[in-house]
Amino acid sequence: MFYREAGEFKTSYKADQATFPIRFDRIFFWSVTAFAFLVVPFLINDYWEKAVFIPFMVFALAALGLNILTGYCGQVSLGTGGFMAVGAYACYKLMTAFPDLNMVPIIFLSGAVTAAVGILFGLPSLRIKGFYLAVATLAAQFFLVWLFNKVPWFYNYSATGQITAPERTVFGFAVTGAAAQPATTYLFCLAFLFVFAWVARNLVRGRIGRSWMAIRDMDIAAEIIGVNPLRTKLSAFAVSSFYIGMAGALFFALWQGAAEVTEAFGINQSFMVLFMIIIGGLGSIFGSLVGAAFMVLLPVLFKNIFVGAFGWPTDLSQYLQLMLVGGLIIFFLIVEPHGIAALWRTTKEKLRLWPFPH
Amino acid sequence: MAFVDPGQIRDADAGQKGDVLLRVEDVSLSFGGVKAITAISFDIKQGEIRAIIGPNGAGKTSMLNVINGFYHPQEGEIWFRGKKRKALKPHQIANEGIARTFQNIALFKGMSTLDNIMTGRLTKMKKNMFWQAIWRGPAEREEIEHREVVERIIDFLEIQHIRKTSVGRLPYGLQKRVELGRALAAEPALLLLDEPMAGMNVEEKEDMSRFIIDVNQQFGTTIALIEHDMGVVMDLSDRVVVLDYGKKIGDGPPDEVRRNQDVIDAYLGVAHD
Ligand SMILES: Nc1ncnc2c1ncn2[C@@H]1O[C@H](COP(=O)(O)OP(=O)(O)O)[C@@H](O)[C@H]1O
Ligand SMILES: [Mg+2]
Repeated sequence: MFYREAGEFKTSYKADQATFPIRFDRIFFWSVTAFAFLVVPFLINDYWEKAVFIPFMVFALAALGLNILTGYCGQVSLGTGGFMAVGAYACYKLMTAFPDLNMVPIIFLSGAVTAAVGILFGLPSLRIKGFYLAVATLAAQFFLVWLFNKVPWFYNYSATGQITAPERTVFGFAVTGAAAQPATTYLFCLAFLFVFAWVARNLVRGRIGRSWMAIRDMDIAAEIIGVNPLRTKLSAFAVSSFYIGMAGALFFALWQGAAEVTEAFGINQSFMVLFMIIIGGLGSIFGSLVGAAFMVLLPVLFKNIFVGAFGWPTDLSQYLQLMLVGGLIIFFLIVEPHGIAALWRTTKEKLRLWPFPH
Repeated sequence: MAFVDPGQIRDADAGQKGDVLLRVEDVSLSFGGVKAITAISFDIKQGEIRAIIGPNGAGKTSMLNVINGFYHPQEGEIWFRGKKRKALKPHQIANEGIARTFQNIALFKGMSTLDNIMTGRLTKMKKNMFWQAIWRGPAEREEIEHREVVERIIDFLEIQHIRKTSVGRLPYGLQKRVELGRALAAEPALLLLDEPMAGMNVEEKEDMSRFIIDVNQQFGTTIALIEHDMGVVMDLSDRVVVLDYGKKIGDGPPDEVRRNQDVIDAYLGVAHD
């Protein structure tokens, strides 16, 4: 009735389903965005670039990807590291095969190649679920790492078996290689993260997102209301792998500059991204970003505080960090499966009512 | 087209009231050694409320599962809209215009009431992934168009107050109502309801009966209804088919079925839950 009385249907529903229905949130979001695009590039230095911003943005993209697959579509994956490797090696092969190609299409194409591989490894999800699917993706993880080690074509027969990013430019600015400036790589990654966080938000709020969530919540009922399980699961694998592939490409080309597959894209990486979405919040775009920020910033903070300021030995600080992450994972899995994002939402709801909670 | 323009537009290939909409012919279904359905035939006519009754384990739910393609019978045929139906997958059958609710509620627990009912519109939403990613423009327009239909269903079922509530937190009776809403959102030609009133109190049953009658009369939706409460069945249905141990033992208008001795012996006479 409320909507009818509003007279103009479109404005009401549009406002009702807006990303930031509350004015304060909207202003806050755009202020942060403006700050990130317009102010940070002038302040950033090598340390902040390589230790904080680039890894955050790379892992935020990967976390968005895994959250689409696991948090929204309910398909558990332990293959994130392997899919990042696909993105990285696709990027390397494209950079070396087409030296004149702009980095923007290269990152896109790396994502597209990974999406195709993701669809292939997503096929078993039609028959197996839960724990067994997790094991199948684990097999994909080990297979992919093995493959990139084993077939020299992937690393252009280099003697070390490593891949190294040559210098490439966008609009005349170097984004990869030694000459790339912190502000350039930062803006390049930020543009990708901004656009694709927005795209993820759009995908999950409409038809496709609801099909994913229907499959996640009850696959049989989803099928009976007309959701094609094959198409839906594979689309989640494709989109998820696209994001993770782009993350892998940026990880290799912009952040590390060089990579050795076992070290860079091992099973640790898969767990790292999984922890991000558990701590940040399963099935939440905001949670993916928060989780990535948390997992990237935590070691930086520990190193600066405990090792730097208190003078603790490095290994002690690392153990403490591991224990904290482990504790948080258990806490969130048991108490709040929707992670920090849900805690944040509850706090906001309380704030909205404050100071009259009843 | 019920909720698009109530009472005016009729589904183009829906046929006339009284035509046979769906015919089950000699269908048998077994699970290993268990014969759930044995050589059953009956039809469902356009615009009627067809009750399917019988004691627990009679094969009623299995029958609905055959109709919506969840099970494929070992023998027999299904005719829908005058055509023999091929062995289709459940999601294809949903696209052909058959929707249902479940005996044990099968809502999407992680979503709100609104989103659950919106999933009923999924087969009608066509904008591809590219437009979805952009959102502004075609995808958003499509979303709003379907939201309007869903809001009418929400009004119809009187669940405006729980629009944004996660369905996991709703009481049982309201969950059943949301599930009906999701099925209605598909604007089906044939609506299958598996014990929609089981476990409800008298007041909730009355509400649900009213919704079922309104759906049938206002929108002309054909309904197949499984129900244990004989009073409800007698009130609501145009014709009743009675199953027992997987066999059909009665078929006809409610009062005729009530006088049928086989039915009395098998079902009406004995205590049931
Ligand atoms: N998936 C299944 N596997 C094995 N047996 C089943 C299955 N579904 C139903 N049955 C059996 O088929 C018979 C009919 O069940 P059902 O159709 O659920 O009865 P009703 O809905 O009339 O209570 C029962 O004996 C039941 O045990
Ligand atoms: Mg049953």
